Amino acid sequence: MDHRPQAWGRPRDDVYGAYDASYLHDSGPKTATQSPVVTGTSVIGIKFKDGVVIAADNLASYGSLARFNNVKRLRTFLNSSVIGFGGDVSDMQYLDRLLSELAIDETYETDDTPEDDEETTKKTHLNAANLHKYLQKLLYQRRSKFDPLWNQILVAGTDGEGKPFLASVDLRGTAFSSASLATGFGSALAQPIMRRYAETDEQAAKLTREEAVAVVKECMKVLFYRDARSLDRYSIAVVTKAGVELAEEEQLEKQSWAFAERIRGYGTQNV
Amino acid sequence: MFRNNYDNDSVTFSPQGRIFQVEYAGEAVKQGSVVVGIASKTHAVLVAIKRNAEELSSYQKKLFPIDEHVGIAIAGLTSDARVLSNFMKQQCLGHRLTYGRNMPVRSLVDMIGSKAQINTQHYGKRPYGVGLLVAGVDQQGGPRLFEFQPSGMTEEMVAFAIGARSQMARTYLEKNVDSFKACGKEELIKHGLRALKESLVQDRELTIDNTSVAIVGVKKDKDGTAKVEPFKVYDGQDVMDWIDSVSDDKENTAPAPATVEESMDVDNDA
Amino acid sequence: MAAMFSQNPLMNGPNYSFNDAPKVNAPEGARQHRFDPYTDNGGSTLAIAGADFTIMAGDTRHTSGYSINSRYYPKVFKIGGTTADQHDANLVLSVVGFAADGEALKERLDAICKMYRYRHGKPMSVKACAQRLSTILYQKRFFPYYVYAILGGLDEEGKGAVYSYDPVGSYEREQCRAGGAAASLIMPFLDNQVNFKNQYVPGSGEGHALQERERKPLSRNEVEVLVKDAFDGAVERHIEVGDGLQMMVITKDGIEEILLPLKKD
Repeated sequence: MDHRPQAWGRPRDDVYGAYDASYLHDSGPKTATQSPVVTGTSVIGIKFKDGVVIAADNLASYGSLARFNNVKRLRTFLNSSVIGFGGDVSDMQYLDRLLSELAIDETYETDDTPEDDEETTKKTHLNAANLHKYLQKLLYQRRSKFDPLWNQILVAGTDGEGKPFLASVDLRGTAFSSASLATGFGSALAQPIMRRYAETDEQAAKLTREEAVAVVKECMKVLFYRDARSLDRYSIAVVTKAGVELAEEEQLEKQSWAFAERIRGYGTQNV
Repeated sequence: MFRNNYDNDSVTFSPQGRIFQVEYAGEAVKQGSVVVGIASKTHAVLVAIKRNAEELSSYQKKLFPIDEHVGIAIAGLTSDARVLSNFMKQQCLGHRLTYGRNMPVRSLVDMIGSKAQINTQHYGKRPYGVGLLVAGVDQQGGPRLFEFQPSGMTEEMVAFAIGARSQMARTYLEKNVDSFKACGKEELIKHGLRALKESLVQDRELTIDNTSVAIVGVKKDKDGTAKVEPFKVYDGQDVMDWIDSVSDDKENTAPAPATVEESMDVDNDA
Repeated sequence: MAAMFSQNPLMNGPNYSFNDAPKVNAPEGARQHRFDPYTDNGGSTLAIAGADFTIMAGDTRHTSGYSINSRYYPKVFKIGGTTADQHDANLVLSVVGFAADGEALKERLDAICKMYRYRHGKPMSVKACAQRLSTILYQKRFFPYYVYAILGGLDEEGKGAVYSYDPVGSYEREQCRAGGAAASLIMPFLDNQVNFKNQYVPGSGEGHALQERERKPLSRNEVEVLVKDAFDGAVERHIEVGDGLQMMVITKDGIEEILLPLKKD
């Protein structure tokens, strides 16, 4: 029996093989997050006539364990933009604090003219396009330091001209924009569905708010059917020029698992 | 002879609560030739008198672009202004890089304010010997005009003048202050030039060599959205028509200065 | 092997340091970095210099693996104008490879060109900008911008100029260059159609006597058609190329931007 303190509470080597003690070593190069720990799954968003709908479920997983089932992964910014986070939850919470500070600075800086009405003030604030640029720069800077913030992010809101804005940025600082966007599993499961309704900005400009919300809810259902790291409780936000309407306790409706019966596995199994 | 013991550095108060070095820096601003700035609902203009050190030399520039939406007019030490101008340019570039928008004029002015204030509170440092008028437009808001002094004081203005004999220009501006808001850019420039003329010494007048004009504003795009009309400096032949339009003989036949000849209201929604 | 390390304290000496824990899976004392800072976002670019113009082109698809992230993601940028809308720009940069690096590179070069204008009161020449771009890329020699860049403009004599780069800054001036995912598909086509490689005067003889077809500069219209054909070909054979074709035509009158559709499949 090994009685040294560093062996306390460890699995037995003769049963489980040699213990990987590499994390105990504090010598060697500086280490940073090399993989996410507690994670959120897909975020999906779609533009419509006068805004954007964005949604993400309320689950934070620890590997395959559904660890926290009431984590809100959409956050509003100055009641004019919504940011949806996929990936590491602690990095999300760090970004959330950072954005809160930014929002405070922003309100101090721009609300200086007493005669400005609320409308004008809102227009001088950082809009979703500005915010997306900022997050892209931040995430790119961190990846360049080899200390990435392990997230895939969607930013929804309006741009400088008041048009709907939806863009994505990931842990490498890769950023792009499209009429509909989805992170993680969503890019395989939800994106094809959303593209049926809004392949281009022109098509998205014909969608009504109700249609867009319906599409997103349908996608959340498909994701819950097929993504094992998802939850049937989710947050959904509608962002327009007028502001943000965020619901954080939505429940998936009208599920039907009838299809499950017909699934016969993949490839070999066919009886 | 009386000798002031409290003006050797900028960190010592006089018993009267004054900091002489900072006040002297303010005097340096008053040595500089006059610059005038006015803001309306759609535009901000800067006009300036340039000086040449001697007949054979060129005229010292007074108006500088900072970024597409901001520019400055300087009165005082040009070399000190260059330091501030470069700093402002860098800040604007940096802000555009990280946020993809024009830097808010207020935050830009606040930054040079804090930068200048540091020089008034550290031993061995010297306050900037220059005053600025900062004219710009905000992202979607309107035109802005700020005054900056070596003490680090900054203040938003409707119209202002700094530099030698600028009191005369200010008096003119005060008299017409109510009409500025509705002015179009041409009318705004004329007001600026008239204010400049007030400050001129006897038998000197505005010429294409000694006058600079700069404009920045918002304009309506084809599709009705408000766009920045970039900060542009006009010198030489380009300012001739404006100078002519405020020449004494013209003014006597023209209608009273306070009337609005042109209005270019830009609404913020659209 | 495992027994050698843990079971008997006496064998390892009386030691209570955590640093003394077995280094089975960390032979070098540290775990491998698992984070890969690069991805390939696909797409292709192309530049051809004419007698008094340059055409820069790129498709607008943005991919990650088999997914299409966006159908409109420009890879060709105007550089060095005085304002954000680049209305008075005189240079064009195309970047393809890792898109985030591409964007960072573009913005850095643009900022440098803007500062140059501010300090010197005139725009940067293509030659100067080309040299500067090389320096920027080489400065990151050991953590490179993972991009294939092409810079285009008009030289001091008003002739079309194309400078092409590898990710670490090697560069040369060329008549034409293709970059990115479908570079290997487009480049041979360009060799044949722009530089008339492997084209000979019929009946001029055999072996060394064979005369090469005389090279003559192509007209703007010819080049525009060539570019479209090159991309239509690339779209057919490469999955990462498609959606839209963005072209910038640089002439003495300024830069004209043309957007054409490509197959979206």
